[in-house]
Amino acid sequence: MQILKKAILTGIWFAVLTFPIMVVKVDHIEGKMVWRWENAGYIAIGAALLSLVWRYLLERKAMRRRQEELAIREPSLWNKILRDPKLIRTGLLILLLLMLILPALSSTYHINIIATALIYVVLALGLNIAVGLSGQLVLGYAAFYAVGAYAYGLANHYLGIGFWAMLPVGGIIAALAGILLGLPVLRLRGDYLAIVTLGFGEITRLIIQNWSSLTRGPGGISGIAKPGFFNFSMADVAVSSVYIYYITLALAILTIFVVDRLKHSRVGRAWQALREDEIASEAMGVDTMRTKLSAFALSSMWAGFAGVLMATKTTFINPNSFTFMESALILSMVVLGGMGSIWGVVLGAVAIILLPEYLRAFSEYRMLIFGAIMVAMMVFRPQGLIPPQFRRYEIPDYLKKKSAGTPEGAKEGN
Amino acid sequence: MNSELQYFFELVFSGITKGSIYALIALGYTMVYGIIELINFAHGEIYMIGAFTGLIVAGLLGIFGFPLLGVLAIAVICAIIWCAAYGYTIEKVAYRPLRNAPRLSPLISAIGMSIFLQNYVQLAQTSDFLPFPQLIPDFEFLDSIAYIVSSTDVVIIVLSAVVMTALHCFIKYTNMGKAMRATAQNRKMAMLLGIDADSIISVTFVIGSALAAIGGVLIASRMGSIDAYIGFLAGMKAFTAAVLGGIGSIPGAMFGGLVLGCCENLAAGYISSDYADVFAFLILVLILTFRPSGIFGRAPVQKV
Amino acid sequence: MLGKWLTSAVAASAMLLAASFAVSSAHAEPQTIKIGVPGAHSGNLAAYGLPPLNAARLMARYYNERGGINGMKVELLVQDDQCKPEMSTNVATKVLSDGAVVVMGHTCSGSTIAALPTYSNTILMSPSSTVPELTLSGKYPTFFRTIAKDDDQAALAVQCALDRLGAKRIAILHDQGDYGRGYAEYVKSMVEKDGRAEVIMFEGITPGAIDYAPVIQRVGREKADVVIFGGYHPEAAKLVTQMNKRRLKIPFISDDGVQLDAFIKMAGKNAEGVYVSGPKDISANEWYKKAREMHLKEYGEEPGHFYYQAVAAIQALLNAIEKSGSTETDKIMQALRTEYVDTPLGKIRFNEHGDAEGAGFSLYQVQNGKFVELN
Repeated sequence: MQILKKAILTGIWFAVLTFPIMVVKVDHIEGKMVWRWENAGYIAIGAALLSLVWRYLLERKAMRRRQEELAIREPSLWNKILRDPKLIRTGLLILLLLMLILPALSSTYHINIIATALIYVVLALGLNIAVGLSGQLVLGYAAFYAVGAYAYGLANHYLGIGFWAMLPVGGIIAALAGILLGLPVLRLRGDYLAIVTLGFGEITRLIIQNWSSLTRGPGGISGIAKPGFFNFSMADVAVSSVYIYYITLALAILTIFVVDRLKHSRVGRAWQALREDEIASEAMGVDTMRTKLSAFALSSMWAGFAGVLMATKTTFINPNSFTFMESALILSMVVLGGMGSIWGVVLGAVAIILLPEYLRAFSEYRMLIFGAIMVAMMVFRPQGLIPPQFRRYEIPDYLKKKSAGTPEGAKEGN
Repeated sequence: MNSELQYFFELVFSGITKGSIYALIALGYTMVYGIIELINFAHGEIYMIGAFTGLIVAGLLGIFGFPLLGVLAIAVICAIIWCAAYGYTIEKVAYRPLRNAPRLSPLISAIGMSIFLQNYVQLAQTSDFLPFPQLIPDFEFLDSIAYIVSSTDVVIIVLSAVVMTALHCFIKYTNMGKAMRATAQNRKMAMLLGIDADSIISVTFVIGSALAAIGGVLIASRMGSIDAYIGFLAGMKAFTAAVLGGIGSIPGAMFGGLVLGCCENLAAGYISSDYADVFAFLILVLILTFRPSGIFGRAPVQKV
Repeated sequence: MLGKWLTSAVAASAMLLAASFAVSSAHAEPQTIKIGVPGAHSGNLAAYGLPPLNAARLMARYYNERGGINGMKVELLVQDDQCKPEMSTNVATKVLSDGAVVVMGHTCSGSTIAALPTYSNTILMSPSSTVPELTLSGKYPTFFRTIAKDDDQAALAVQCALDRLGAKRIAILHDQGDYGRGYAEYVKSMVEKDGRAEVIMFEGITPGAIDYAPVIQRVGREKADVVIFGGYHPEAAKLVTQMNKRRLKIPFISDDGVQLDAFIKMAGKNAEGVYVSGPKDISANEWYKKAREMHLKEYGEEPGHFYYQAVAAIQALLNAIEKSGSTETDKIMQALRTEYVDTPLGKIRFNEHGDAEGAGFSLYQVQNGKFVELN
């Protein structure tokens, strides 16, 4: 009964809350008004029902946490199966095979959106280096993406340089941009760094937009060449999209591989030490300057690669593709997937790109639903889809109770 | 008056008007950040909802034939009430369950909320721009200098100065304000001393949203049209202002707003309006590089 | 760590499988004519993409209630591209793989350009993409449009400024978008070529910014005698309102993005005297009245941007399909170029570039709260 009462109260609250915007529509010049009372009813009922689900899920989440704290939750059967390395290898192999033969199974549209998703996988993994691994919050990642895309777009438009030559060059130019930004702002920490990168991202976009003698301004650069295959050019749209799909797939696999290697390398360890505690890592002999710079440079380099790929895939670029919303979207992939976890980030990127695509059935409502899903995901799974797993070391039994706390939760307050 | 000098004053006055609005919105950012260290990206959307609520209420009253100043007052009050409710609800739905989550999770939740609110208003109201009635009458005593300062500007500047002074006193002298400051300094300690941190956080959201609502109605009345996406740009600028002044600091937000408004206008007036925003962000980058905690912020003490 | 590998592997392959199954269900049934309607249906440019969508929906219903075209019902394939180029190519392949015969859409010039290579064998008719090179470059033979090119309008604005108003110092403003800036750049180059006046300002404003005071103050300081603005009506309304507040009585000329009743509504008495270029007076056309009525009845408000252009586009496409009795691209194109069709814009057909013939432009001035055509 208590629950029901709460649900009804929530329904009424939301009906009142959304009253002006949902119910009234007014045109003050013509003196017309429209009252849509039925909307208030829908909202009230919808909110009441949703609040029931919401409360139930929140309770379940709290219960789980309690169980985890008491360590009475046995790993489920599912988890046990998943611990089997053989099965995992087979799974990955099947996935890889599936991806390889996908063009034969699927239409151009699906190839195209999956290629888009793969480009975002590369982007998200790149951002993951800065945000997830080394803990430097970057809010202007789209700027490096833009640098890569425009490097190829301009080089192709003015100089006629091809895709394969510009792929590494675009990456390097973006990395240089990363270092250029990194140098002056290295002293900044946390959120201040985030803001400066946000500012940098906007500056880059505005310069591209306004320097029209070079970048052709908001009109954008069109007719960017598709990649050639040795001396053959790929004119047919269907063929070239399959070709680009394979290129992106290769780059995505390379990215996954490299980032995974980097994570466990010396510099990767230094990044993670930096993320956990800057002062302690400095005391342990980590050169924070160089470590941060390398994270910045590598992170933006991947954005550069992705930018070149994106430019060649769409054959057209304009500043609209590199707004703050784009940076926010890439960041959401990283956080939604699970910061620092490679497969989490991959899944996050795939989900965020494919979700709106498959939400197309809802047409105008799809971005509304997308926003709601983002909020709900964070509320119910704040650590991400696949949270990073830390390397485990065996701890003697008598110490085990102390190590049960979560590594993230410990950093509250000061 | 010398025409060059007059031009300069025109720019500065309109910069102060713009800066006052930035400051009103920036206060919401800075208060929330001060207490839970969250960049509340949905705050710009609250401002937008404030403008829409104001428009709807003003439209209704206008049809029923209320006098102009009465319409303004009621529209502002309604916008404040509803925005405060939105702020409270958003905090409860999207941020409170994330109190102990990893630091970036609330940020993503905020971005999601912002996308949601934009689309919600767009679907419920209109995708097009709506004309906004001019709610502030032209004062006669300002007629002679109307080409420099319009009466709308005067109302905006005076009203925001009053509101900000009131807020300052509230934070400084009331018990609630003291509790807010205590929570901002050290939430755990405040809780130990018997302060209900959750309700303090709610109050912060409510106050911040109310301020954004005032900004929304005032500026919409000045601009004459609104759509569901006005919150984004204004929010971003206001946020820049908050950081410029030193995020977490209330006088900093006011000062940062004014500095940003004037800088933008001077850059647009003397150099090029294409690059006005570039200058705004450039100033931000420079100030943060040389004074990382903003103009008014205190450098955080690193504890080892 | 490894456990999670499989989770993600399974999840990803599930998605892929779902994707490939979705394909098999997409085969076209022969009984319908499928029209793709891609455009910005969400996001901050939806104001320009939703009215064409409304037009498509209303027209599809109109024709279906009359038994369809050649006995076939009209079906719409609605896709949202948010005006983002990278999304528009995906959307283009989506509508094509869903079996679209012809396509009406892509709101922004940018997304149209990005998507066009995909439509190399399908007719794309845009109600709103105005970049001249789309038709004039000859690179896109399957592209048509029911809206005029930027340079046509720019010529009209320049003519108005120089001949009618005898301007000497022209300030050009734009909204930094591809439409507004494109128009502004044509105006600039035409004024410079003509040589009778000089361009003293060429500045962009940020749409949605809190105010435009500095730009307006600068217009006053530079003593411009004409302001030409490229962009849409909300910004134009704000500009003229603020100019009036600053007591700047300077003629204001703009493009057809401003020629909407909403502009007069928004700017009120400040709109008086503003010059805009727009399609020749179409309000007497029978179809204009009909289309407007349909929209008022369904949505209860005046139609928005590009609504009439979109109605005309759907009519032209369906008429060509009906007249040619075919759904083959070549035959439809032939019919588009030869057969006149009655639309809200007048009787139109298309020239060899793909631009609409018979839908000319004229200059309007706001007088007593109405757009009045000038000769």
